[in-house]
Order: sequence, then C-alpha cells, then structure tokens
Amino acid sequence: MATGERTWERPTVFRRREIKWAVYAGIVGFFLWSGWGVGADPARIAQGLGSLTSLLGDFFPPTATPRQATRIFEKMLESVAMAMVSTVTGIVLSIPIAFMAAENLSPKPLYALNRGFISISRAFNAIIIAIIAVKAIGFGPLAGIITITFKTVGFFSKLLAEDLEDIDMGSVDAVRAAGASPIQTLLYGVVPQIIPRFAGLSVYRWDINIRTSTIIGIVGAGGIGSVLLTAFNRYDYQYVTAILLAIVAVVLVAEGVSAVVRRRYQ
Amino acid sequence: MATDDYRWERFDRRRRLGRFVAVLVAAVVVLGSWEFMDISVTRPETIPREIGDLLTRMYPPDVAYTTEIVGPLIETIHIAALGTVGALVLSLPVALIAAENTTPNAATFWLGKLIVTVSRSVNTIIWALFFVVVFGSGPLAGAVAIAFRSVGFLGKLLGEEIEEIDFGQVEAIRASGASPTQILLYGVLPQVKPALVGLSIYRWDINIRDSTVLGFVGAGGIGVQLFRAVNAFAWQSVAMVLLVILGVVVVTESLSAYTRGLVR
Repeated sequence: MATGERTWERPTVFRRREIKWAVYAGIVGFFLWSGWGVGADPARIAQGLGSLTSLLGDFFPPTATPRQATRIFEKMLESVAMAMVSTVTGIVLSIPIAFMAAENLSPKPLYALNRGFISISRAFNAIIIAIIAVKAIGFGPLAGIITITFKTVGFFSKLLAEDLEDIDMGSVDAVRAAGASPIQTLLYGVVPQIIPRFAGLSVYRWDINIRTSTIIGIVGAGGIGSVLLTAFNRYDYQYVTAILLAIVAVVLVAEGVSAVVRRRYQ
Repeated sequence: MATDDYRWERFDRRRRLGRFVAVLVAAVVVLGSWEFMDISVTRPETIPREIGDLLTRMYPPDVAYTTEIVGPLIETIHIAALGTVGALVLSLPVALIAAENTTPNAATFWLGKLIVTVSRSVNTIIWALFFVVVFGSGPLAGAVAIAFRSVGFLGKLLGEEIEEIDFGQVEAIRASGASPTQILLYGVLPQVKPALVGLSIYRWDINIRDSTVLGFVGAGGIGVQLFRAVNAFAWQSVAMVLLVILGVVVVTESLSAYTRGLVR
C-alpha cells in the first residue's frame, strides 16, 4: 500500500483551509485598520511611554493632607452607603421582574416584556445610566442609587430568572395539588428551591455594586469618584494615587467578604 | 403514643437568634446608609415623575443624528478590538507567571497575582483617566486603558486554565529536548488554545460595552457624542445614541455567543 504520501492534518473548525486563511487575514486586516483608526503609530506610543516614567514620579509617593484624608473617608462612606441601599432596592425590585421573566412561570407577552427590560439594563454601562440620572434628578447620591438599582435589576433578575427556570416543577405541582393558592404555591413550592442561590447572588451583586459606586461619581452621581476626577483635573497626582489606593482597598475587602459568604452558601 | 408535643423545627434556638441578629444588622446598616447620605431634601415620590418626563422628551429619537454617530461608533469598535489584542499580548506572560504550575518561583507567582488584582480592581474609566494624562486625549488612550483593564481578567482566567492542563504532555515535550519556548508552544499552548480563543471573544464583548463610556473622560469613541448630546439637553439625540449602542451591544453579544459555541 502506498501509505507514504498520506499525511495527517489537524482538523479545524473551518470547512476548508482557504476559508481559514481568509478569516485569519480578515481579522489581521481589521486590527491594522483599528490601529490606524485610533492613531496608534509607534512614534506616539514611544513618546507616551517616555513620558510615562516621569509621570510615575508625579504619581508617587501617594500623599494626602489630613483634610484630604478626611474627604476620602467621607466620600468613600458615601460610596459604600450608596451600594448598600441600592443593593436592597435593586433586589426588591428584581424579585417580581425575575418571576415575570421566567419562562415556566410567566405568560409569553409578560416574559418578552421583562426580558427586553433586562437586556436594556444590561446593555448600558453604569456611567451612561448615571449621566442620564444626574441630568434628570440632579447631582448627588440619589442619582447614584437610581443608577446602581437599575443595573442591579438587570443582572439580578436575569440570573434569578434562569434559576427559576431550572427549578423542579414536581414539588411545585405537589404543593399545588395539596390545594394551595397561587401565592402559596410560590411561597412553598418555588421560593425554598432558590433561597441558597438567591443569597449567593445578592452578596455577589453587592460586591459589584461597591465597585460601581466608586466610579459613578466621575459624572456627578455621588461617592468617591467625584473626588478622583477633581484631583485629576487639578493635576494633584499624588492625591490621585492615595484615592486609588483607597478604592483598591475597599474593592478588595468587598471581594473578600463576598467570596467568604458565597462559599458558605454553596 | 404521645407524639403531640413534638414539633419539627428547621433551626434550633441559637441559629434562629443568629439569623435574627444578622437581619437586624443588615437593616440597621441600610437604614443608617440612607440617613448618612442625607438625601431627604429631594422627595422620593418625585423620582417616577422626573423619569417619566425624561422619557417623553426622548421620544421620538432623532434619526437625522445617525450621520454624526457612525464615525464615533466605528472608533468605539476599533478601541475595543485593539484593546482586546493588546490585553491578549500582555496577559500571556501574566497568565504564565500567575499559574502555580508554570511560574518560575514564589516571587513571580505573587507578582502575577498582584498584576491581576490591581488591573481588576481599577475600573476602565479610571485607567482611561490615567492614560489620557499619558497619551493625551483621543482613542489611543482609550485602547490602552481597555487593554490594561482586560489584562487582569484574561490573566486570571487563563492562569486558571493553565493550572488545569495535563502536565504529562509538557514533560513529554521537555523529555524530547525542547527549549522553554518550544515547551510553551507545543506543550502548553495547544491545551489552552480553545479557552484562549473563547475568553478573548468574551472579553471583547465586555470591552465593546466598556468602550462606549470612554468618551466621558476624553478617551474617544461614541461616549463623546453621548456626552455632548446630554450636556446640550438634546434628549432626542441622546435617545438615538442609546438605541445605536443597544443595537451594537446586542449584535456583539450574539456574535460572541455564536463564536464561543464554535470553539467549545
């Protein structure tokens, strides 16, 4: 047998090799276009990197006068407070929306409507929502609370609805067969099945909300972000570094707490 | 049998007390937070009216504004693409030193963890503020900001993939006399390639969303247009920009889901 000419080729996802190379060429071409589009010429990058070293000298060491330190502390408290309140409001609003967005519990039109709302909430970055909220109701933490609540509802009801779709309908039917009213069916058939996931998701979202609340101040929605933007605008870079360190610290603490609590519920 | 006085209870008294205290503490913290922020000056019942008012001003969207959005929109897509590629290049070494089985020593391991943590805890918009100072305002600062933000995400998840590879294959390649580079190319890379492609596409999807706001701090993209429209109270133009962003995000998300389905 003439097996000498047979070679093995690794199978690819593409149907033919020509298509594969065409796709690769297309991708590379697109990146070149992107590079040209954003003005990423080597000279400019080199110049930026050159100024980076001297800039890092401006950023370090982090310093804050006692008054600035108090300001960081107060505004950080505001950020955390915003996250606390809007986690609760967001979750409370999410519960009915999640039930209406679960395919097995909700009639079709209601399902589509709530899914649409979830997609809209998830598509827009928190900063976009914040800037609109600030224009609508004015500067301050209230705009921040509305922003984070809105983002929480999209995230939370999506994941909760997916959990609701995965529940064991057998126990729901059993409760219903025992003569329970629709409300009782939800309370005793559905709710006990999702409580552990619910707790885990709440803490996870709280963690994300702390992160979000530290930045939306950049567009005027309360919290530490406003201090950061002011410091940047005044070229007070050592103060900027101090604020950034405070943000990183708070984010890490929130992440740690959230991880510990979620492990207990799993 | 006198079983009447037995009652089944889910929790004993101590755990019930614990739960009660936990709920109480949470309630106090939330109420305390509300008090702390001192926002009672704005009456909460006016919020729905304000938002309803805003929505009526946004309708109908200003379709004629589309011509001014197309350019910045393409710029946004470029920023996301370039940022993702940059992140991919930067995250490969980070992932290698942040994975327990490929990191040379303890010091490099902790360096990898540090890079991942810092990159992840600083938001894109803050990275953008920083790189606008470095490169001047414009999309280049945005692309670099996106890259630096994504390094942590890709480095962390890719590192976890590398930790799960079959090390027997790596040793086989080494036993055949391969150099360290060759070991990476033929021992490690083929095993993480599907994850690498999947994660990059997933991150690109996130980066499209993130790059829509870079314009607020002067780092290019459609955010510039949105910011301008909002500041001019041109609510119908704002609605148009929002619709376009929604469209792009939905298309990106389905494209990303489809491609990730292919590699999985």
